[in-house]
Amino acid sequence: MNLLAVPILLPLVFASVMLATRWPRVQRLLSVAGALGLFLVNLAILWQVDRVGVATLQVGGWPAPAGITLVADRLSAVMLVMTGAMGLGIAVYSLGEIRRRKQRFGYHTLLHVLLMGVCGAFLTGDLFNLFVWYEVMLIASFVLLTLGGRRGQLEGAIKYVTINLVASAFFLAALGVLYGMTGTLNMADLAHAVDRIDRPELLTVLAMMFLVAFGLKAGVFPLFFWLPASYHTPPTAITAIFSALLTKVGVYSMIRMFTLVFVQNVGWTHGLLLAIAGLTMVSGVLGAAVQSDMRRILSFHIVSQIGYLLMGLGLAGPAVAALHVPGRTLNDRAAMAVAALGLGGTVFFMVHVILAKTALFLVCGVVERLRRSASLDRVGGLATTHPVLAGLFLVAALSLAGIPPLAGFWAKFMLVRAGLEGAAWVVTTAALGTGLLTLYSMTKIWAEAFWKPLPAGELQRRDRVMTRGTRLLMYGPTFAIVGAIVAIGLWPASLEAFATRTAAQLVDPSEYVAAVSNHAIFSRSDRERAAMPADSGTSGEAPR
Amino acid sequence: MLGEVLTGFVAAAFAAPLARRLPRLAGPILALVPLGILAALTWRYAGSAAPPRTSVAWLPGLGIDLAFRLDGLAYLFALLICGIGAVILVYAGAYFAGDRRRGRMLATLLAFMASMLGVVLADHLVALFVFWELTSVTSYLLIGFDHEQEKSRKAALQALLVTGGGGLALLAGVVLLAQAAGTWDISALAGQAQTIRASPLQLPIIVLVLAGCFTKSAQVPFHFWLPNAMAAPTPVSAYLHSATMVKAGVYLAARLNPSLGGAAAWEWALIGFGALTAVTAAAMSLRQHELKRLLAYSTVASLGVLIMLVGLAAPEGGADAVTAAKAVVLFLLAHALYKATLFLVAGSLTRATGLKDARLLVGLRRAMPLTFVAGVLAGLSMVGVPALLGYLGKESAIAAAWERHAAGPAMLALVLAAPPLVVVGLRVGVAPFLGSRRAVVADGAGTAHEVPTGMWVGPVALAVIGLVLGLAPMLLNRVVSETAAAVHGAPVAARLALWHGFNAVVLLDVAIVLGGVALWLWRSSIDRWTRRLARLAAFGPERGYALALEGTLAFGRVQTRLLQSGYLRRYLLVVFLFAIAVVGAALVAAHRPGAIGAALGEIVHVHAEDVLLVVMMVVAAVAVVHSRSRVAAVIALGAVGLAVSLVFVLYSAPDLALTQVLIETLTVILFVLAMRQLPFFVDLSSRRTRVRDLVVAVLGGGLMTTLVLLASHVQLGDEVASAYFAAEAVPQGHGRNVVNVILVDFRALDTLGEITVLALAAIGVIALVRGRTGLEARR
Repeated sequence: MNLLAVPILLPLVFASVMLATRWPRVQRLLSVAGALGLFLVNLAILWQVDRVGVATLQVGGWPAPAGITLVADRLSAVMLVMTGAMGLGIAVYSLGEIRRRKQRFGYHTLLHVLLMGVCGAFLTGDLFNLFVWYEVMLIASFVLLTLGGRRGQLEGAIKYVTINLVASAFFLAALGVLYGMTGTLNMADLAHAVDRIDRPELLTVLAMMFLVAFGLKAGVFPLFFWLPASYHTPPTAITAIFSALLTKVGVYSMIRMFTLVFVQNVGWTHGLLLAIAGLTMVSGVLGAAVQSDMRRILSFHIVSQIGYLLMGLGLAGPAVAALHVPGRTLNDRAAMAVAALGLGGTVFFMVHVILAKTALFLVCGVVERLRRSASLDRVGGLATTHPVLAGLFLVAALSLAGIPPLAGFWAKFMLVRAGLEGAAWVVTTAALGTGLLTLYSMTKIWAEAFWKPLPAGELQRRDRVMTRGTRLLMYGPTFAIVGAIVAIGLWPASLEAFATRTAAQLVDPSEYVAAVSNHAIFSRSDRERAAMPADSGTSGEAPR
Repeated sequence: MLGEVLTGFVAAAFAAPLARRLPRLAGPILALVPLGILAALTWRYAGSAAPPRTSVAWLPGLGIDLAFRLDGLAYLFALLICGIGAVILVYAGAYFAGDRRRGRMLATLLAFMASMLGVVLADHLVALFVFWELTSVTSYLLIGFDHEQEKSRKAALQALLVTGGGGLALLAGVVLLAQAAGTWDISALAGQAQTIRASPLQLPIIVLVLAGCFTKSAQVPFHFWLPNAMAAPTPVSAYLHSATMVKAGVYLAARLNPSLGGAAAWEWALIGFGALTAVTAAAMSLRQHELKRLLAYSTVASLGVLIMLVGLAAPEGGADAVTAAKAVVLFLLAHALYKATLFLVAGSLTRATGLKDARLLVGLRRAMPLTFVAGVLAGLSMVGVPALLGYLGKESAIAAAWERHAAGPAMLALVLAAPPLVVVGLRVGVAPFLGSRRAVVADGAGTAHEVPTGMWVGPVALAVIGLVLGLAPMLLNRVVSETAAAVHGAPVAARLALWHGFNAVVLLDVAIVLGGVALWLWRSSIDRWTRRLARLAAFGPERGYALALEGTLAFGRVQTRLLQSGYLRRYLLVVFLFAIAVVGAALVAAHRPGAIGAALGEIVHVHAEDVLLVVMMVVAAVAVVHSRSRVAAVIALGAVGLAVSLVFVLYSAPDLALTQVLIETLTVILFVLAMRQLPFFVDLSSRRTRVRDLVVAVLGGGLMTTLVLLASHVQLGDEVASAYFAAEAVPQGHGRNVVNVILVDFRALDTLGEITVLALAAIGVIALVRGRTGLEARR
């Protein structure tokens, strides 16, 4: 059964029904049910994709590249599952955290439309359609940011939306030019159309435009400022879902474009990616180290971790360039190993960082709920008063800092090993040093919020009462996520194997392209490829 | 052996509930865990001729196994970890009597013990690293145990950052080591010694691995964290920061000595840093008066000696290297026994009297007879009195240095470092019990009493073991020869005896003890001399640590202020500058100088109507920027849009032009309606800012124009999609307006998305308006 349209339609249907309902209780129930459904469908997609192969769907039955293709390879599928999982966790958590008032103003609807946009972005095989999903995500996240309408929120939201609109403009301009050059926006079609362009250096210039657009979305150095400027303003559940998904869509898009399409001059593009990766890690973590508010610290860490994700992509450059031409195999085993470890590390890191960051934000939300503040000057003593919360924080924080045997360690280990085997000394040093500074800022939160006694001025403020139900709603998802972090840490083998399979699919995109070509009218390009001289390295075979 | 390691972690999980149920018995009961593990390991060790090895695949994709191997070196450490661990658990159970944190303490100690056991048993580099980091984390939690105090928190952080930093270096080191050697198995590394030596990575490997060892084992210049770690409760100091964890660095250096030794860098780094550490820390111990700090500095000095001895035990060295390998084992064992005892004695003394200052503690032998026995035996062992194990340790260390070179740096370091250590042994183990005066008790409440059973039984047991082994060292023959063989990388036969005959080493030993006694007798004048030296400490490595941390944070603040300025206009400026930089650089890099201009010249054909439109747009754009009224600016903006729609008309896209005109008109009307409420523009930008913005705008626009023009020349010419749209709109889409069919059918999903965007925008506006009025109503 082809499920690929479900992750887009299901949230849309639930969002519409929730908008039409007037009973908050029904809305709450629907929100969790919808998120659960999405999670299950996405799991089914992952299972299918991992076992059977890349799945595609031509929307409306129109052939590619005229119609829109939905494609799920392993990368898309794992991103979908993470989206579903985090969506479910946040849907439950929000019931405890978000004020009823906000829930009435369409909070649940917005959350589900956001999930729809994110799923759409992970599923689409069409660049313009990706742009549309970006817009859906942008407007949903913008409204979520402003929900409540406090002054600080609006200020952050204005910066957020302005800069993201600039990113959209870059994206649109870039894809317009790309369409002008190639006549197609289907990603699989582009993968080969770009080979036939006689001036590949212009593609590299265009790649830079995409780099700026996606880089803004992903929050890389030096384009990340919108993120720390806005992420600390809304309720924690909203920040948590943003942190889990939004920047990751930017990274996903970069991975897609820089393994599938822009591999003409990897020395430049992927070298630049590595440089950006290192700078992003370091400047993000330095920003975090000097903050004194839990949420701001965590927001800067989002930026820092993006660097690690890009590191794996950058390291894979030589291998993806060599394997881009169909039929060619790569003799350089070392480069292949680096790419497998690097992209595999990126996938592993993606899963890890989504889990760890979400867990940390959820803990932060409980702290804010209890003490009305996440400022480290105003909290303290939580290790004694809330040992369970302390334990949850410690595990997630140590995982983020890459301490074994938690999920974050294996992610970092794969990337560091890829860096060392690829002789990328500078970025590897940056990755290791960033680990130490991450540890520093995590222990800062730990020492201030959990170890330090409550500041004298705060003693008379009592903890806000959490009802049993609220506690269950807020601790439940946190427990589940922290449990996953520990489980992955102790039994990393299956995720690592999956990540490596994913990397293989990314390094050699022929399976992806072939799956899309099944329902495509790319035939003229096959004809041309067959006519190409043999020495260009192609086998002359048409895709299956 | 995975079972043995995991047992500790499992037991840790049960420690807290047990301590709640049976508070008094929790310590002794939990002490059975390490003893049980030790029994199991001993059975394994004694039962097989070759070192037993077990392995469980952990991450097969990356070749990572949970492999464990029990050879002499591992067994010796397991002996220390479990044996002293049992003593510590009993002691801690009594030490924390009536403290509700007892369960947490015992649990963390057990978790540490299991991690440490993992370090020494691991036969896979990654497994070793995993447990290595776990010891750092448990150490952090234990140093910060009294976390209400800022001092403890700071010390814990310092220890974590120093050892954690070393840990990261070690991670890089082991990955490179495995890469160079082609194996992750530690026991297989020695066989690859030649391969490693031939690798260009050898020097980086040595530097990185030793960075891990030196930070963990508190070598100069990373030593400062250890004395500060004395903020931890005494059982923790005795166990982690004296007997076991700090020896992990020594362990790793010894473990890798057969594979990395033989390189001059390795040997001289170990001897040099070890000697420097021994001398520096021994000298610094002279300035200390607090019991635990005295012991801490002497521990650092002893770790220096151990590191130095590993350096002397070169894998291809001669008899002197064999002596050094044996010395590593004996000194390590002796030190662990007497130093753990002394720490526990110090803890008992402080518990009984409330005093920490060695100068105030006197005449306690009658009040605390059992602690006295333990203290004297351990103190004299540290001094190096024959018949105690400490003597053998010191004698073998001197012998190793002497055989290497009678006037070499190692010998010199030992001669300088040993007398102050004698002083420490006397001051902590002996002096508090001697003298006729009665000790003053801190709070003035009565006299000192012997500590409860749980707190003396362990120290006495350790001290007696030191005596027994000192009298009958042949008991150690098998362990010493097998351990020394692992350190040296070749078989070693050890025949230990109480007395090796009268020779130069004995003379030196006597001289050292006499030197120590002399230092002790003339302590007041020594104190005066060393006061000057102490001032130098202000420029020491700890200052370096503080500066590095502060510097990093200061840099972080500056860069964050620059990047995260809070001004949207600056953010936008950075975005455009970055875009111009990367796009421009790629464009320039791809062309020869002048080639862009030439290419553009070929492409661009100027028509009169184009010029007219461009002029119109430029004028309108300039008007937008210059207008002082919002309405005028909006209208000028509309003019730009109209000119664009004229372009569409010229290039025969009438439907697009129509849409564009409609949108422009609607936008202008909406803007004008909304802006009636707003005040006139106020010009806040300086001239310089405006010039800067102009430059950025012109660069950005120019770049984009160039890119579009260049790209317009590159076309594949096969527009499959547009051809399909045109061909299939009527037969399959049933619509004559192709654009409409595209929007509602061919690419309906795009439209669905865009409709969703509009709907959400509406929801957002409603929420914003209603939410705000709601807020205001409540105020």
